[in-house]
Amino acid sequence: MRFIVCVKQVPDTTEVKIDPETNTLIREGVPSILNPFDQFALEEAIKIKQENDEIVAISMGPPQAKKALLKCLALGADKAILLSDKAFSGADTWATSYTLTQCIRKIGVFNIIFCGLQAIDGDTAQVGPEIAAQLGIPQITYVESIEKLEGKKLEAKVQTDDGYKIVEAKLPALITGITPSSFEPTNPPMMNIMKANKKPFSTWTIGDLGGSIDNYGLNGSLTEVIKVYSPPARQQGVVIKEEKSEAAVQKLIELLSKDKVI
Amino acid sequence: MITVDKEKCTGCGLCEKACPFGAIKIMEKIAVIGDECTLCGACVDQCSLKAISIQRKKLKDVDLSQYQDVWIVAEIKDDKVRNVSFELLGKAIELADELMQNPCVLLIGNNVKKFTQEFSNRGAKTIYIAENEDLKEYHTETYSSVITGIISKYKPNIVLYPATISGRDLAPRVAATLELGLTADCTGLSIKEGLLLQTRPAFGGNIMADIICPITRPQMATVRPNVMEMASIKDNGNAEITEIPVNLDLQSLKVKTKEIISVSSSECGIPVCEADIIVSGGRGVGCQENFKILEDLANVLKGAVGASRAAVDLGWIPKSQQVGQSGTTVSPRIYIACGISGTIQHLVGMKSSDIIIAINKDPEAPIFSVANYGIVGDLCEVVPLLTKALKKKLSEN
Repeated sequence: MRFIVCVKQVPDTTEVKIDPETNTLIREGVPSILNPFDQFALEEAIKIKQENDEIVAISMGPPQAKKALLKCLALGADKAILLSDKAFSGADTWATSYTLTQCIRKIGVFNIIFCGLQAIDGDTAQVGPEIAAQLGIPQITYVESIEKLEGKKLEAKVQTDDGYKIVEAKLPALITGITPSSFEPTNPPMMNIMKANKKPFSTWTIGDLGGSIDNYGLNGSLTEVIKVYSPPARQQGVVIKEEKSEAAVQKLIELLSKDKVI
Repeated sequence: MITVDKEKCTGCGLCEKACPFGAIKIMEKIAVIGDECTLCGACVDQCSLKAISIQRKKLKDVDLSQYQDVWIVAEIKDDKVRNVSFELLGKAIELADELMQNPCVLLIGNNVKKFTQEFSNRGAKTIYIAENEDLKEYHTETYSSVITGIISKYKPNIVLYPATISGRDLAPRVAATLELGLTADCTGLSIKEGLLLQTRPAFGGNIMADIICPITRPQMATVRPNVMEMASIKDNGNAEITEIPVNLDLQSLKVKTKEIISVSSSECGIPVCEADIIVSGGRGVGCQENFKILEDLANVLKGAVGASRAAVDLGWIPKSQQVGQSGTTVSPRIYIACGISGTIQHLVGMKSSDIIIAINKDPEAPIFSVANYGIVGDLCEVVPLLTKALKKKLSEN
């Protein structure tokens, strides 16, 4: 079987800090990382992979996104393809999913496409379903884990509003989700990082993907960001420190009444 | 494409500071734009010299005026209309008024016609009904094909979906099938120069973006529950009703449900994404039994019990109640964090709440940095006292 894992290199938003004076993002020193949710999806693919299966990690991004793909190779992907071209920049979710779809079509036969729950910078969770729609294959979102993989069928445990359900899908299919029990993504051992450099890696440009230039990047985007700004800063709160809990609670109730919260 | 006019640029560095993606560097007194650029336009707004410009594609040659009305896709669960549907309607009425168009509701499911009066009384002008036994359970394939067909036929100007588990599954499927723009998880919607201005948080809530969809119709967005005001009940509405025949073949479904495992959430009250008030517990709660203390407080406030990832991982509370980056993002009116230290992943999921109250032993806990009110103390002591005091206070009101 062939599994394709779509990944993104993102700024580590957990490292982002806000300048309290200007209320703007402090970008300095914010590292670029493999989107943790994509890593979890890749790890699930590795978990179900059998001897003759192949995992291909693909990513659209600037040349430096190679680093994220090298991490995928070190973690256990067999091959990686970076989609990098000036023409791809400024892509919204539609143009991004179009670009990844073109790549998947060029790769050819596949059985399962894995996408992370969402990217930690955009948080949209839209690219996965949009790829599935363009390829005309079924999608399963909010997957917790893959329970069974047999022949052309996959069984997955899926999160619902009030619990879980077990679904059965005919392959090929696209799945998104997978959140493991620990949010801290693991780092591959040094040995594997060295080996990763020897695994097949290619960079494809718009020429490799074909299709009209009007569908890529900013040209192909159907939505347009017209303004980006910092949200209003939260006002400094009141922290109550009292010897006795009774006094603290009483003080809180007084404040809540005064501020008309209750 | 983005270009810097070298004649106009003085290398003042305003754009470098404004760039949320750190893509601009000033080199030899000229702004140089790197590969990290996403063409978001923050720098263009900042540059008083108009040295930076972004060239965008021209309007598609389609008559956009044939697309009329503001639609919402209602979500029905357990034979009840979910509140988020009324929230969407409230917003749709406001947008439709501004555009001088009609607010409309699409009711899709099995046996959903009975809900028409509820929407009509809350101000819907036309209600479209796609009813079929085979729509009883939500399936991406059936719902998206039915909605895709209806949108193509009736040509709405705007379609709003709830940003729930099924809404976030459905909307992108429909959008990509019809080649439409879609904005996820909006927390603000308004009309600007005739277009839908969609506001959403990104970057873990650290930045806000205003987004438009100028060239395709309908303009579509998913909207976070609990952010918009519900449409109020006015009088006996008399919305026009349009029934749409639906033919389905469940045999051909490629994804089938084999089993439904409901996690009893009765002790947690309402789902966290819909709650107006959430009482959340973290590792500091200490043990599963202590969650009872939180439930008592939630009951008095008619709120939901939520949890941090740590508490879910320890098995104290079901995953459906988890608040945070890998759980649910919530924005209730009041969020009470008990024994939650406030990891960045948790803060991202709740810091847009109106009022945050934190109770924690550790005065240095990061949760206090986002809290409007905080108590440094033992939650096992503080929370029961708070429950008692609030119960008294609320009975007086």
